[in-house]
Amino acid sequence: MGSTLAGEGSATPLTPNKSPLRFGRAVSGLRIRPRIGDPLFKWATGFFAVLIAGLAVLIMVEMAINSKLPIAKFGFGFLTRSVWDPVAEQFGALPFVYGTAVSAVIALLISVPISLGVAIFLVEKAPRRLSNPIMFIVQLLAAIPSVVFGLWAIFVLAPMLRNHLYPALQSSLGFLPLFRGNQNGLGLLTAGLILSIMVLPIITAVTTDVLRAVPGTQREAALALGSTKWEATLIVLQNARSGISGAIILGLGRAIGETMAVTMVIGNRPQISASLFDPSFTIASAIANEFTEASGDIYLQSLIELGLILFFVTFIINMLARLLVWSVTRGEGRGAHV
Amino acid sequence: MSNLARRKLINNAMTALTGLCALFAVASLFFILGYIFWGGVRGLSLGFLINSPKPIGEPDSGIANAIVGSVILITLGSLIGMPVGILGGIYLSEFGSNKFGLLLRFLIDTLTGTPSIIIGVFVWTVMVHPMGHFSALSGGVALGIMMMPIVARTTEEMIRLVPHSLREAGLALGAPRWRVTLGVVLRTAASGVATGAMLAIARIAGETAPLLFTALGLNYLSTNLLQPMASLTFQIYYYAQSPYEEWHDMAWAATLVLVTMILVLNIVVKILTRNRHQQA
Repeated sequence: MGSTLAGEGSATPLTPNKSPLRFGRAVSGLRIRPRIGDPLFKWATGFFAVLIAGLAVLIMVEMAINSKLPIAKFGFGFLTRSVWDPVAEQFGALPFVYGTAVSAVIALLISVPISLGVAIFLVEKAPRRLSNPIMFIVQLLAAIPSVVFGLWAIFVLAPMLRNHLYPALQSSLGFLPLFRGNQNGLGLLTAGLILSIMVLPIITAVTTDVLRAVPGTQREAALALGSTKWEATLIVLQNARSGISGAIILGLGRAIGETMAVTMVIGNRPQISASLFDPSFTIASAIANEFTEASGDIYLQSLIELGLILFFVTFIINMLARLLVWSVTRGEGRGAHV
Repeated sequence: MSNLARRKLINNAMTALTGLCALFAVASLFFILGYIFWGGVRGLSLGFLINSPKPIGEPDSGIANAIVGSVILITLGSLIGMPVGILGGIYLSEFGSNKFGLLLRFLIDTLTGTPSIIIGVFVWTVMVHPMGHFSALSGGVALGIMMMPIVARTTEEMIRLVPHSLREAGLALGAPRWRVTLGVVLRTAASGVATGAMLAIARIAGETAPLLFTALGLNYLSTNLLQPMASLTFQIYYYAQSPYEEWHDMAWAATLVLVTMILVLNIVVKILTRNRHQQA
């Protein structure tokens, strides 16, 4: 691609070459070569951008094609059936949907207040000297692999819960069906608790971004009217509420898609049980646990259909979250951590 | 209590409460890291790093196969994911300020948000199933797919940070746009793109779910890309689920190796980016 001054000097949008006075040509007298470099460059890079984007579509199509059998056999009933019997080839997603939803809700109930607290502390209270290192530590928490959280949960968290928290919960709140039954430490509640630590960084990071995007004048106005710092913060929270909802929904998306740590502590049993101590299954953990052992096409394809459901749910959740976060931070020119 | 005193009390209480939340977040990281250190340091030795796994009860068992496997899988993933991601990111920043660019960005962000287990199932359906067996290559592809959207979006952001005047200076010298983009803009953004790529590597290094149905795992050292391959993350998962005390210790030691690697990458990136901000 020899580019000479004369040949491609005018290949820029800044210098429209309508002018009869074409400098390079006049000086060097070279023949103008067709400018194929730029279109080629655009198409080549465009190919890769489209390739990445196309993968998102391809994943959906490929999974839909590969779950034909259960879709044909069970239809939409797949979502509401609660049997999961590989021997009789009867499959339904309800136990997994239930496990996914409940573990994610537990995770959010715990992590949302703490994440908001951390974000408020970082943006409204702490000096930069303190908030930068804390933010970095929160980022490191997000960098720890899922399987490591799982390992820690099996050998540290689960025994602690089994020996201390769960007996205490049963003796104090045992009149509720939620906190009854066997407590081997592996179950829905344990999965929700480890998830709450894992989604804390993402909710904190996005909430921090959102709070930073709220103009300082709002705080100043509130303070000038005589409110305390906390009351000013409440006003900031009020104005950032759609962005904060976005952060929470983003955390929900992470919790729903999280696989390894949950698989390792949820107990892996496809059942809907009133007790949070009982073993359960999420969509992601069912795929992780049963996929390589699945025998028979319809069994395997039912697992792929579970994946398709998971894909759609996370797709909708992430889209909603991005819209909400973007509605607050768009003026900032920075992307949300999606 | 007067109204003002009550409001001040609430203010102080909330300051303390949010501070406690921050303390909790910080403490939970060190709590987990502490367990990983004490759990892992016992089993760590030179032999552990350079030997392959041996049957239960034999001494000098190690995870060399998993370390080599992880390095190969991550390298494969980077070779596939980085060029595609960087070139795609260049397109987004240079030609993506229109409706089509918005659509691409939307789909790319969708891919970022897709749970990693689904990437694993996808690669299983398009590679492992047709080929008939698990392979390191398919594991590399799965990791590469995970990297692409991350690298593309960070590349785009880094290129957007390059001042417009640099671009104009290049164009004014008569260089065609593609040369300006590659030789001036991308070169200026290179350190940012590189740190973004390092973060992406740190991210895929910890992935297990995409490898479950692709690279699977293997109990001995292998460099054959068409056969299953071990990885640190899979080995940790496998050992942690086993009933053997000895394997649990190995899982902790392997975790220490993995987490050290990932934290070092993250800290290096942090140091690099801090220097850049100081210069600017």
